[in-house]
Amino acid sequence: MARLSLDNVTKSFANFDAVKDVSIDVGDGEFLAVLGPSGCGKTTLLRLVAGFEKVTSGEIRIGSEVVSGKGGSVAPEKRRVGIVFQNYALWPHMTVAENIGYSLKVAKLDKAVARRKVEDALALVNLQGLGERRPANLSGGQRQRVALARCLVAAPSLVLFDEPLANLDVHLRASMEDEFASFHKRTGTTIVYITHDQAEAMALADRIAVMDGGRLAQLATPRELYHEPANEMVASFISQGILLPADVLSAEERGHCKVRVLGAELIVRCRPGERPRTGAKVCCRSADLDVSQDGPGFDGLVKRVIYQGGSARIEFTPSTSPDLTLHFERPDPVALESGAQARLRIRSGWLIPAAGGAS
Amino acid sequence: MSTRIRESRGQEMVLTAAVAIVIVLLSLLPMLRLIKEIVAPGGTLSTVAIKAGLGSPATWIATWHTLVVGIGGTLLAVLSGTLVAVLVTLTDIRARSAMVLCYVMPLMIAPQVTALAWLQLFGPASPFLKLFGAAPPLGTRNPLYSTSGIILLLGVQYGPLVFLLVRAGLRKLPRELVEAARAGGAGWFTVLITIVLPLMTPSIMAAAALAFVSCVGNFGIPAFLGIPANYLVLPTLIYQRLSGGGPAVLGETAFLSVLIGIIAMAGILAQEIMSRRRDYRISSTSLSAEPYELGRWRPAVQAGMWLLIVVVLFLPLFGLVLTSLVPGYGIALTAKTATLDNYRFVLFEHDAASRAFFNSFWLSIAAAVFAVLVAVPIGYLIAWGKQRWVRLLNLSVELPYALPGVVLAIASLLLFLRPIPLTGIQLYNTVWIILYAYLARFLVLALRPTISGYHQIDRALEEAAQVAGAGLFTRMRTIIFPLVAPAAIAGGLLIFMTALSELTVSALLWSSGSETIGVVMFSFEQGGDSNYAAAMSVITVAVTFVLMLVTNLLAPYLPTGVLPWRD
Ligand SMILES: Nc1ncnc2c1ncn2[C@@H]1O[C@H](COP(=O)(O)OP(=O)(O)OP(=O)(O)O)[C@@H](O)[C@H]1O
Ligand SMILES: [Mg+2]
Repeated sequence: MARLSLDNVTKSFANFDAVKDVSIDVGDGEFLAVLGPSGCGKTTLLRLVAGFEKVTSGEIRIGSEVVSGKGGSVAPEKRRVGIVFQNYALWPHMTVAENIGYSLKVAKLDKAVARRKVEDALALVNLQGLGERRPANLSGGQRQRVALARCLVAAPSLVLFDEPLANLDVHLRASMEDEFASFHKRTGTTIVYITHDQAEAMALADRIAVMDGGRLAQLATPRELYHEPANEMVASFISQGILLPADVLSAEERGHCKVRVLGAELIVRCRPGERPRTGAKVCCRSADLDVSQDGPGFDGLVKRVIYQGGSARIEFTPSTSPDLTLHFERPDPVALESGAQARLRIRSGWLIPAAGGAS
Repeated sequence: MSTRIRESRGQEMVLTAAVAIVIVLLSLLPMLRLIKEIVAPGGTLSTVAIKAGLGSPATWIATWHTLVVGIGGTLLAVLSGTLVAVLVTLTDIRARSAMVLCYVMPLMIAPQVTALAWLQLFGPASPFLKLFGAAPPLGTRNPLYSTSGIILLLGVQYGPLVFLLVRAGLRKLPRELVEAARAGGAGWFTVLITIVLPLMTPSIMAAAALAFVSCVGNFGIPAFLGIPANYLVLPTLIYQRLSGGGPAVLGETAFLSVLIGIIAMAGILAQEIMSRRRDYRISSTSLSAEPYELGRWRPAVQAGMWLLIVVVLFLPLFGLVLTSLVPGYGIALTAKTATLDNYRFVLFEHDAASRAFFNSFWLSIAAAVFAVLVAVPIGYLIAWGKQRWVRLLNLSVELPYALPGVVLAIASLLLFLRPIPLTGIQLYNTVWIILYAYLARFLVLALRPTISGYHQIDRALEEAAQVAGAGLFTRMRTIIFPLVAPAAIAGGLLIFMTALSELTVSALLWSSGSETIGVVMFSFEQGGDSNYAAAMSVITVAVTFVLMLVTNLLAPYLPTGVLPWRD
């Protein structure tokens, strides 16, 4: 178990910054998920931590030791990190047991001890008795469990996962998620877990780092990420938040302030110290939207109604700003039809902090 | 069938039939004729030929020698080729493309030229050793006239072949497999031994099989190094029998050539069986691993690599050039003695030599042009055709090249010893029989790049033309040929380079008036005129080198891997 800290880590390929100025502190035993759109630098970040890439600038520490930095770089085989790849990366020329026991063999561990450890690792991932199989004769879920066992057997202080469930089907994912969670609970290993599946990240992680274009967009707990996104990217990326232009009308008072959105005034949550300003953005979730027959709110046109089984997703355009699209869900039976006029009310929202305000 | 359907299929049937005829003529016919000679000489089933062959002790000695140099050469080629492939592919060594170019170069040089060059380097007459006054006294035996000499040169010649295949395999190795091992605590060397090399065994074994077939069938090296030491392998035994006995011993040599074919096939079969037990198919596609940082070892490793290249390429070629400039055997080369007389002699004065240049040039051009024109439709059927038997087609074109050249040469002799039935045309003892053998043997060199060219083309391009109303022949001419032309032409150039100084086939098929460069070079060397042989070699190497540069111009339009020397 070890702390992992990244200090202003930058990685450039030629003159393209795949990771830029990222600072993250992962506590001992913490489960950190890294979330972000494709190509935002997640894998690169992970490979930097594992030591397969060298940092261009900045510093990485595992425990108290500087493993990457100005002074050079500790070789991957000396870092005691475990890593689980999306494509499993099991060695096809070895049996399952040989795959799992590889790091023990390299460490020249006593054969009998190694065998027992392999057995334990197999039991840990519920694969007893499959030790003599070849990886080619396993299902995708089994392969991923072997990969997990292989990285656990050496009891690494830090385990890195790179989209370990991306190649599995939905049902298997859910059960593997449970397995990862219980593994984390049982061993208390520090984990960095890369995914582009938000639900997975929310379900597993203590904290989530959202990355965007190589930069860290926000590092926060799942709850905070959902309710209090630090910027527009996080707001729209997490659970498809709806961003609406707003003017702040009153200063913050006990975590709330008054804003004007689409001509209607309402109270939203905000950071301490907000003051009146224009050109702000409010993030609201589809659950914050309500159809109101009359009363406060704004009018608009129902553009599309998409039936989703049990509920419908409705896309709505306010008449005052026709290039905005709001979406929300209504349970069956849905009264609205595409082309109909309706009036919407925003129940609450979150005022995105002004740019430059640190996360 | 409605007429419209018949019309639609008509052109394809014509194409298929034409291709089938070419393949039957060039590849099935000679093989069948050879087999007939063994099992039914003179038209009736008999085991006389086989018994005669098995009864001769010379057969057994030559077979034993063939196996020794075949296995020895293969081992050396596999060790050196694999080592170089690992260093060049997996480490951060510098000047990689230059290294690949130089290391692969011996593959583009004819084996007898390699043999000649090395002989000139170490012999008592060596102008190179004389430069330092280090030459052994005249009359000393050249150390290369020996089993180990043959093995060494076979290893040098075919190491690059192994290198190319193993390098291709290493490039497909996904980086995660390496990284998982390093994260598990394994250092680079452990990863190499426990992960990389085991995963490469299929590539290495395939390369070994190919090197074995090449070593066993090689004629140039054992001819130059073995015959003077009276160390005969099967190809040289066939050559000696045939040049001594003429057509009368054809039946016996047919048996010997089938024996070579069997040994070669046994090598391939052994590889098939072994690799079936080790099916490490690597399924995932991924980036290849980051090169290993050699750190402070890098200068040493680089120096070692360049030393190897100097020894296997530059020194021999240098020795060759020196020899070609010396006026006569054993004379030391100085500014005063250096002369271009040898070049003048072989190009303009010696009848057979100048004829040989003419013959080899037009034979190679004819073989190359024919192969390019034929490879396009055959490649079309193999790459895009829907019929299942086209795999067979591919196999039968590969066969004459996969089998040692001696086999095809003997088959051609048998086929054309008598005038062609019905027409009465006599090919035996003319230059045409050599052309026939070249066409059959080298076609596949143009076909392979053409097929990979087809695989790179979006078939929709052809389909668009089809929808526009173009018939098959029109499409072939206006769409398909222009698209695959670079690959096919690159293949043609490879054929030209290979055929230009070819010896194995022409040594058995030539006759007075139809000499090739290889044949004349060989007879100069046998007659002790190494200087003339060296001058001819230098000319062919220079032509090859210029052609390589010309072919490089095509490189941007070619699928990767078509030009072996390009990285
Ligand atoms: N070795 C490399 N050389 C050059 N560019 C690279 C290299 N590795 C990654 N990149 C680039 O860095 C960026 C980030 O890549 P990375 O693999 O980290 O993305 P990712 O967030 O893992 O994406 P995905 O979710 O698709 O896996 C990409 O634009 C990628 O093209
Ligand atoms: Mg990735």
